[in-house]
Amino acid sequence: MAETDMPSDAPIRPPSRIKRAWESDLAWSFRHTPVAMISAFVVTLLVLAALLAPLIAPHNPFDPATLNLMNGFTPPGEANAFTGDSFLMGTDDQGRDVFSTILYGMRISLFVGFSAVLLALVIGVVLGLLAGYLGGWTETIIMRVADVQLTFPAILVAMLIFGIAKGITPPEYRDQMAIWVLILAIGLSDWVQFARVVRGATLVEKSREYVQAARLIGRSPFSIMIRHILPNVLNPVLVIATISLALAIIAEATLSFLGVGAPPTKPSLGTLIRIGQEFMFSGEWWILFFPALTLLALALSINLLGDWLRDALNPKLR
Amino acid sequence: MSALIEVENLTRVFDVSKPWLNRVIERLPKALLTAVSDVSFGIEENSVYALVGESGSGKSTIGKIIVGLVPPSSGKVEIDGVDLATEPEGARRAAVRENVQMIFQDPYASLNPRWKVRDIIAEPVSARGGDTEGLAERLLEQVGLSAQDAGKYPHEFSGGQRQRICIARALASNPRIIVCDEPTSALDVSVQSQVLNLMSDLREELGLTYLFISHDLTVVRHMADKVGVLYLGTLVEEAPRDTLYADPKHPYTQMLFEAAPRMDAFGRDIDPPKGEIPDAINPPPGCAFHPRCPIAVDRCRKERPRLREVGKTRVACHLAE
Repeated sequence: MAETDMPSDAPIRPPSRIKRAWESDLAWSFRHTPVAMISAFVVTLLVLAALLAPLIAPHNPFDPATLNLMNGFTPPGEANAFTGDSFLMGTDDQGRDVFSTILYGMRISLFVGFSAVLLALVIGVVLGLLAGYLGGWTETIIMRVADVQLTFPAILVAMLIFGIAKGITPPEYRDQMAIWVLILAIGLSDWVQFARVVRGATLVEKSREYVQAARLIGRSPFSIMIRHILPNVLNPVLVIATISLALAIIAEATLSFLGVGAPPTKPSLGTLIRIGQEFMFSGEWWILFFPALTLLALALSINLLGDWLRDALNPKLR
Repeated sequence: MSALIEVENLTRVFDVSKPWLNRVIERLPKALLTAVSDVSFGIEENSVYALVGESGSGKSTIGKIIVGLVPPSSGKVEIDGVDLATEPEGARRAAVRENVQMIFQDPYASLNPRWKVRDIIAEPVSARGGDTEGLAERLLEQVGLSAQDAGKYPHEFSGGQRQRICIARALASNPRIIVCDEPTSALDVSVQSQVLNLMSDLREELGLTYLFISHDLTVVRHMADKVGVLYLGTLVEEAPRDTLYADPKHPYTQMLFEAAPRMDAFGRDIDPPKGEIPDAINPPPGCAFHPRCPIAVDRCRKERPRLREVGKTRVACHLAE
């Protein structure tokens, strides 16, 4: 009921309306779910750390001039035997500060994750709306493609797309394009669940009388989909987007770990873990441990936040 | 005197078959449901025509065909001489569209929960790029709500208030015809009468024509000028209200009146209506009502009765007189 007394500002923007409509309930649920609060705190902290990396990080790991090979393999918290420099989380084989690489790596991980989910969301919502509202052959084709894609593991689809994309990019641009190719690969491998959920929700909304009222007025199918149905199917989309974000970050890390993702010159968390695992058995555990811990904290807290959001937005589960 | 709405030999068949693959594997034929079968009637300007019938009798389908939500399989509906389904000229179609509005059964599902009441009510005008300044406020007051309600969302209103909002939306484009699909069946009785009185007042004030679809004989008696009784997609009887209520000719109409609850006969023993409405996919041959009809004869099982005039009534029964 909180939105009742709000002043009415004229432009119609569905997302902000949803936010307003749900604000009170969500806020209440948020305050009464410690897990949600802790996860939100961790996510905020990590995202801020990533955004502010240039300010926080003691070193710039992308600037070879600041690196000193003599600093290689410095254990966390200890002074280096040759240079006397000390690093919070130690250094890797090339003397890069692990803490700084994590901060910069997280930027790439989060950027890829957000962009991939955005891409998947746009594709999935558009196709889901079309399939649900238009029905017939449109629906059959879209949903069969979705079914077929679901029979392959997402990571396999992503690797396939990544491989094709890499094949058609000229070699000199490969490193620059790698991030965008990653986003494309993960985004294209992840649209199916958005499409399915949106289609299902659209089928429900389509049969409701307010949609018939809009048809009767003479609104076009396109305008009905955007103005009437879309705002009413966004709740589940929001939940899936949150959980997908965690999955996309993990997918990016997996691809990078397998060596087909972010290049070592622009390492993401996954690349860092891959570099780290080479040294795990020789005793330099910190090179693997800290990036992995960061990834775990990031993915877990986003996931928990998504779970909470799903419960909070779906009163039937309570 | 020519009618404002002319419905001629209207038929609507729905394909309710299983998907193609299932049909091939299970060797099933196509299943076709005849929701409306050869229905003809006319509605005079500024009158209330009521369609009554059980669930599945096709009354809502007729309403949806008239407003253009469902295309007819055959036959035609002419509104002011224009057939929405075949009229080639877009401008004339739009003009007729503007003149026909609908009020739906479920006031909870017929308002978009994410829209403000102001936008909902003004939509018929704003969708055409018309001027909506103050429109919603004026209409809200006309239907007995307050102008301040325009800034609220639908969930802040009760069922009766929501139905008033639906009426306001239906009035927004200044229509001449409103199709009311069981507008009060989701409301409780005290609210029903308020909404019905509002609708009657608006009709007098604005010179509206209603097609009133209902299963509630009491409501129909209160509202209608002329009543058509539907059974399994066919019009079995049509008469001016007073004639129909005084002297129902068709055995089905008689059965409906018998079954309706009456204040003056409270506690009486009545014979409940016999049988269910038959399957519309495989309707019985001859007169569709014969399996339930107490007076059916052989002819009823073979020959489908045509509508014929008996006094002021048009009735489709071989035996009515």
